[in-house]
Amino acid sequence: MSAAEFQKLAGLFPDETVTHSYVQDIELPGNAGTFALITLDNGLDHTKPTTLGPNTLVELGRVLEGLKDRAARGEIVGVGVTGKPYFLVAGADLSAVKRLEERDHGLWMAQLGHDVYATLADLGVPSFAFINGLALGGGLEIALQSTYRTVSTGAGALALPEAFIGLVPGWGGVYILPRLIGPENAVKVMIENPLSNNRTLTGPQAFQLGIADAIFEPADFVEQSIAWAAKVIAGEAAPERSNSVDPADPAVAERWAGAVAAGRAFVEAKTSNASPAPAKVLDILEANRTMGKAESATLECETLAELMQTDEFRSTVYAFLDLVQKRSKRPAGAPDRKLARPVTKIGVVGAGLMASQLALLFARQLKVPVVLTDIDQERVDKGVAYVHAEVDKLLGKKRISSDAANRTKALVSGSVAKESFADADFVIEAVFEELNVKKQVFAEVEAIVSPECILATNTSSLSVTAMAEDLQHPERLVGFHFFNPVAVMPLLEIVRAPKTDDAVLATAFELAKGLKKTAVLVKDAAAFVVNRILLRLMGEVIAAFDEGTPAEVADSALRPMGLPMSPFTLSAIVGLPVAQHVQESLHAAFGERFAVSQNLQKLVDNGVKSLWAPGPDGNPVIPADTLALMSFGTAPSTAEEVLRRTQDALAEEIGLMLSEGVVAGPEDIDLCVILGAGWPMFLGGITPYLDRVGASERVNGKRFLAPGIASKPAAG
Amino acid sequence: MSQTGNSAKPRTVRDVVFVDGVRTPFGKAGEKGIYAGTRADDLVVKCIRELMRRNPGLPAERVDEVAIAATTQTGDQGLTIGRTAALLAGLPRSVPGFAIDRMCAGAMTAVTTTASGIGFGAYDVVIAGGVEHMGNHPMGAGADPNPRFMSERIVDPAALNMGNTAENLHDRFPSITKERTDTYAAASQAKLAAAYGKGQIQPDLVPVATMKPGQGWTVNTIDEPPRPGTTVDDLAELRTPFRAHGRVTAGNAAGLNDGATAAVLASAEAAEELGLSVKMRLVSYAFAGVEPEVMGIGPVPATEKALKNAGLGIEDIGLFEINEAFAVQVLSFLDHFGIADDDPRVNRYGGAIAVGHPLASSGVRLMNQLARQFEEDPSVRFGITTMCIGLGMGATVIWENPRHVDYNRYNSYNSEIETSADTESKGAAA
Repeated sequence: MSAAEFQKLAGLFPDETVTHSYVQDIELPGNAGTFALITLDNGLDHTKPTTLGPNTLVELGRVLEGLKDRAARGEIVGVGVTGKPYFLVAGADLSAVKRLEERDHGLWMAQLGHDVYATLADLGVPSFAFINGLALGGGLEIALQSTYRTVSTGAGALALPEAFIGLVPGWGGVYILPRLIGPENAVKVMIENPLSNNRTLTGPQAFQLGIADAIFEPADFVEQSIAWAAKVIAGEAAPERSNSVDPADPAVAERWAGAVAAGRAFVEAKTSNASPAPAKVLDILEANRTMGKAESATLECETLAELMQTDEFRSTVYAFLDLVQKRSKRPAGAPDRKLARPVTKIGVVGAGLMASQLALLFARQLKVPVVLTDIDQERVDKGVAYVHAEVDKLLGKKRISSDAANRTKALVSGSVAKESFADADFVIEAVFEELNVKKQVFAEVEAIVSPECILATNTSSLSVTAMAEDLQHPERLVGFHFFNPVAVMPLLEIVRAPKTDDAVLATAFELAKGLKKTAVLVKDAAAFVVNRILLRLMGEVIAAFDEGTPAEVADSALRPMGLPMSPFTLSAIVGLPVAQHVQESLHAAFGERFAVSQNLQKLVDNGVKSLWAPGPDGNPVIPADTLALMSFGTAPSTAEEVLRRTQDALAEEIGLMLSEGVVAGPEDIDLCVILGAGWPMFLGGITPYLDRVGASERVNGKRFLAPGIASKPAAG
Repeated sequence: MSQTGNSAKPRTVRDVVFVDGVRTPFGKAGEKGIYAGTRADDLVVKCIRELMRRNPGLPAERVDEVAIAATTQTGDQGLTIGRTAALLAGLPRSVPGFAIDRMCAGAMTAVTTTASGIGFGAYDVVIAGGVEHMGNHPMGAGADPNPRFMSERIVDPAALNMGNTAENLHDRFPSITKERTDTYAAASQAKLAAAYGKGQIQPDLVPVATMKPGQGWTVNTIDEPPRPGTTVDDLAELRTPFRAHGRVTAGNAAGLNDGATAAVLASAEAAEELGLSVKMRLVSYAFAGVEPEVMGIGPVPATEKALKNAGLGIEDIGLFEINEAFAVQVLSFLDHFGIADDDPRVNRYGGAIAVGHPLASSGVRLMNQLARQFEEDPSVRFGITTMCIGLGMGATVIWENPRHVDYNRYNSYNSEIETSADTESKGAAA
């Protein structure tokens, strides 16, 4: 590609936040010559990571060409690249890449990166990357393309997350990494980590894997890195690289094939191959063992150009950047945080498993006293004992210090007397899902607490409005719906009932922030967001099953969506009785859209815990005695039909939720299913997927999101 | 019979040795200086870490104290900088630290105070140093002098400005002319340039990486203030900011600077046990007060006192490292002791006029340089480091060269010797 095309590409992004390449000459000790150190810096503080857009790459390329000339003239003996504090580079500017409308532009972007990095690898003098902080994707590839690398023990996140984002590490990462650290480790870094909640490496882990040749502490990282570079240049130090491999070695070839196969199995298990990117990473890895770097580069560029045009990539950027990183920090509809009241003591009604989990979370994160109450001392003691045991587990795993363990344990107490709530600012109930039980609990609590004390319910399916009806102060009641397991799932649905006042709501949002949860404001409508969507989905699949669709067809019909688990597995994990109970509530609220399965009821009545059970060969089967409990219709569906029916049902349900005003917009629906149900980002949550497959148009006559938000922009 | 741990017998005085010292390159204070945007505490941290790297025989947990001086103890020089710097440098949390202040003699006082603790048996090994980021902390900033200084004429307000005190010194010693101070200052620049040329300065320097907006990271490896090639004629042109038609100029005084220093001191026994280098042995030290209005004369009484403590005479001193706050102050010292302006024993590598004077840090710079000169010149047995101090004080430390043929290891108070410790051996600490 020509410089003119790169310039044209750069011209498409006049608003790019350019990361500049500043060069300083440093005289190496012992008259060893001049070392040119490039600092990549966008001139903004640590809240604005440095990224690589087209203008940035053009500038870096120009700087590197200049240094190559200087090297040829013998003016410099080495070149280093490092970043502003806390960052090497956070990778390609995804919001820019997402906007590349034409395949050619994507190809240019891919080639531009390769062009620039190729210069870095061919300066005529050794190049060094000093990985001082976060280095993701194209940022880490700058380091991989350098001749040598040092890393800081304080460097936070090092990763090649492209498989997660919907791309491939196509600026040389997929070629260099397996050669540097071995194919198995490369698969771990390029496939397993990205597909495991986008896990990243620390500096020491990267050093252990052999990604970096030397490691230094942050206090004098740049100084020590330069001192090390000087030694390498002088021939006094050389990296070990014990994990590096020669792909031509037959034993390595065998390992290579094994690593690719293991990677494919991992991708299948994690994503059901619902997103194209992870497999493409493995395709290139498999192919490039016998390729030269340039040949692999061509393949990498073609693949990048192709993937940049996919909606899976665009949906991921929408889900990751626009929702999880941005929208989650400014919840739509949350009142001014200044209205929030301090919460210095919390009461939890109930001492069962959910209540105990809540007590632990409050004590650990908010560090305020938490009192559990229940109807008898035995239950109370059991609840407190659960919290103490969980704290001891954390201590045993060295996740917390013994002082922190003592503090947390001391914060959690139990009582059979609700009088212990007298000075609480926030009391949440986690008792049986029965409206009258909850109303009675709140009546008792209200007699004890101050008029300002906030009352919260963790109900998943009951009406918060109905719960508030008989309260003296209905404005103080708010829904505070957690997801299981409470400590892990990042979502909190905050439910506003008609009378809930702004101060109460603001306090609930501040509390969520203190708990490190992402809160989404929802209207009081049965099952709120996540459970309503999940149960509509399960309901459709179970209905198809009841109609006569074979279990394995029904339960695998949604695999093209790449959901974290199949519907039958999900219902077993939730618990069939609970799932059935909630389904009944939804049926009562919304009618036939939420059909109650008689077959499921029979399983519940007979204490069957799961449709599937391990068969003789280890594969899941439905046991004969389970089958015998049920009866089926005679209208089986194909997998395609089940999938389409489910897509349409979801489009209908979400369309209704939006028109009912359950949440502020489709973005909140997507945020909820990503954080509350673990739905994949390549679906964009769910609404971009429903737009993509046409369900929104089929059912509602319109898309949820305009073209370009989470998909390819409209032509023209 | 080496004594280890902090269990030295009470009242047993032990020998204190200077193991090693380093400093950052010094910078010019102000927005254009190399350390604009760099924190003072970070400068100290670089020094401490370099000391630990250079002395791998010293286990970090054996450091018993970290004493760091700063004249202004707020902001990035606040929060008990000896402790914060120890933590930031990655020393074990069991290593304590404190902050100390005696203006220009901060680091020197950090050394003498901790050395006394070693002698007393409270410590085996210490780190002592100082820092001043005069860009972040302009001299006197935030100070609130008691009005009684003025109303009761306790100190002439003019004495709070160091330049004025230097002009006052010229008044007191009319024989010290501007020509003499300019000549001395030009020589200081020339001597430093020569020392740089011979590589006598660089080994003590810790590289410091800094990053400035729009410039990226660089690594500073040399001092910023020196103006090699400065001539007497150049200096004659300069303004006299403290007095119209005065004598003190920016050229014959130290500048406003940023920098940090740190040194490892140990008991002779601990140094031997850990195999640490012994670059100098502490012989004696003294501080003395003078009229604040002529604070520059402070090194004279301080040196007399230190010599008396050591049982030495000025003729025994083979090397002088005197801080050049002002050329006039150095010349008043030399005149007092009858030493020529260009005596080769004095500031062989030049001085603060050339290299800079980040107030509380300078004492250890003098020691680093004396230690290197001892190494180069085993014929010298005793040397002094001395400096004047704001508000009218002087500080002097006398050191012995372990490379000298008469260096007496048995001067240390081993238990065999202590019964006969009343012998008037030269160099015995009083």
